[in-house]
Amino acid sequence: MSVQRRKSKIGFFIILPSLILIGIFVYYFIFWTIRTSFSDWNSFSKLLRGIYNFVGFRNYQRIFLDQRFQTDLWNTLFFTLFFIAGSIGLGLFLANIIDKGLKGSRFFQSLFLFPMAIAFVVTGTVWSWIFAPGNIPKDPQGINLLFKNIGLEKLQWLWYTSSESIGHFNLALIPVIIAAIWQMSGYIMAMYLAGLKAIPNEILEAARVDGANERYIFWKIKMPLLKPITLSTMIVLGHVSLKIFDLIYAMTGSGPNNVTDVPAIYMFELTFRSNRYALGSAISVIMLLMVAVIIIPYLYSSLRKGVSS
Amino acid sequence: MTKTKVIIYYIILIIISLFFITPFYVTLITSFKPLSEISIANMWNFPKHFSLEGFLGAYKKLAPNMKNSFYLTIPATIISAILGSINGFALSKLRFKYSNLVFALILFGMFIPYQSVLFPLIQFFQKIGLYGTIPALIIIHVIYGIPITTLMFKNYYEEIPDELIEAASIDGANLYNIYTKVLLPISIPGFVVVAIWQFTNIWNEFLFAVTVTNNPAKQPITVALVNLAGSQVVEWNIQMAGALIAALPTLIVYVALGKYFIRGLLAGSVKG
Repeated sequence: MSVQRRKSKIGFFIILPSLILIGIFVYYFIFWTIRTSFSDWNSFSKLLRGIYNFVGFRNYQRIFLDQRFQTDLWNTLFFTLFFIAGSIGLGLFLANIIDKGLKGSRFFQSLFLFPMAIAFVVTGTVWSWIFAPGNIPKDPQGINLLFKNIGLEKLQWLWYTSSESIGHFNLALIPVIIAAIWQMSGYIMAMYLAGLKAIPNEILEAARVDGANERYIFWKIKMPLLKPITLSTMIVLGHVSLKIFDLIYAMTGSGPNNVTDVPAIYMFELTFRSNRYALGSAISVIMLLMVAVIIIPYLYSSLRKGVSS
Repeated sequence: MTKTKVIIYYIILIIISLFFITPFYVTLITSFKPLSEISIANMWNFPKHFSLEGFLGAYKKLAPNMKNSFYLTIPATIISAILGSINGFALSKLRFKYSNLVFALILFGMFIPYQSVLFPLIQFFQKIGLYGTIPALIIIHVIYGIPITTLMFKNYYEEIPDELIEAASIDGANLYNIYTKVLLPISIPGFVVVAIWQFTNIWNEFLFAVTVTNNPAKQPITVALVNLAGSQVVEWNIQMAGALIAALPTLIVYVALGKYFIRGLLAGSVKG
């Protein structure tokens, strides 16, 4: 017992340096950002003087009343919805086909996964060319040109330069969502494949013996068993999408009239292009809260499960 | 499965493959075209004359940044893997009171939007005189890599039976010996997975890179690639060649060590 206790103390001391680093670089810095978001540091000279004036929620008020930030929130909402739905839809679909064990499915699996190895900025650069509209209909570019070549001129469209919207959904987000799905759906496929492989064959065989068809097996047996994985994928995709930056920065930037703007882009421009540190910090605090709302309950529940098992 | 079904599955797989290959195809053919051939009208066609113009141009512009990325990624990967291994050992084999809480506090750092620490981080590096340097980026990636590498090693070591550790300690081995003589030798696959994960993530990272290094000579390749796009008069062959060059190291890792890459991906998502 005493050996165990001594060991435990050592365990804590081993982890202590990392804990201190995380304490400073995560928790203290977050506190510092929150503090900045309540200050009037909206110019470099004010920051330089270093006098801290508490201004309450003024920065938050300004941000929430800001048209551009309102657009950002709508864009984040729709981006998140379609990105999650698309990635899970495609990833699950692919996992099910690959799981059938057709010849060559290893090759397809590797192909669908390779975008995960590539940087978002690379993806953004390449897709920005594919979706560049050109002068339609006369001198189309990218995918519009492809449509022209195969006689589908009707599908030509302004893509991420479009200013159309349905309700608050800016259609210019569609190409960005497609690029993001391209990047992430292979990952989702891999997660589901791991889940499908973990389902004991006896369960499926038993169902088949009982005369269940494949559709029934998929919806009534596989899907319920894959529920924890679906939850994990939603958490992963959700937190990626709430803070998405590189892809959009490299692909479209904020776009004409901020049609493809997101909080991370606005925060970046405010903080690092216009020296409006307090406003930028307010946006990052809002981003943190959005992520925390999904992450903290998730961490809490998965760690509790870890304790009981 | 009936034969028609098999054929239908293959057709679906091939159609979806086209979607996945398209960006790769466009990048490849464009980067091999001479600038004179880069007109809008033939962007989907094979190059008529293969040219290395794009690659030479991109290489000239990106080579220093590529070097920066290696200087940054290799030490950051090694240090953060070692740190993760030590932490994972403590959290899985030397559990202490509140170790779950400590783990949760560390893990949270993996999910935060880095925007929420960016401004103080930059002030910090300005204060200690490292702002704009590659060592600053190494420190950043080591520290913010702690949660994920700790998680991955903790999961890895939990699979290793406690009896192994106990047997060694009964034989009189102290903790240092247990870690270096017993645990480390069987950690190689764990290290490979963690190293691939960190290498890929650090190589591909952009937000820290663009905000912490303002001097183009010190910037990693991801930042240089984006600047290439912003500053050029659409030299698409150079830009696409640049994209390929920037993606090459991680693609090589992926092709050569795909199995470990996938294991890393799966370990990186906290299991519910």
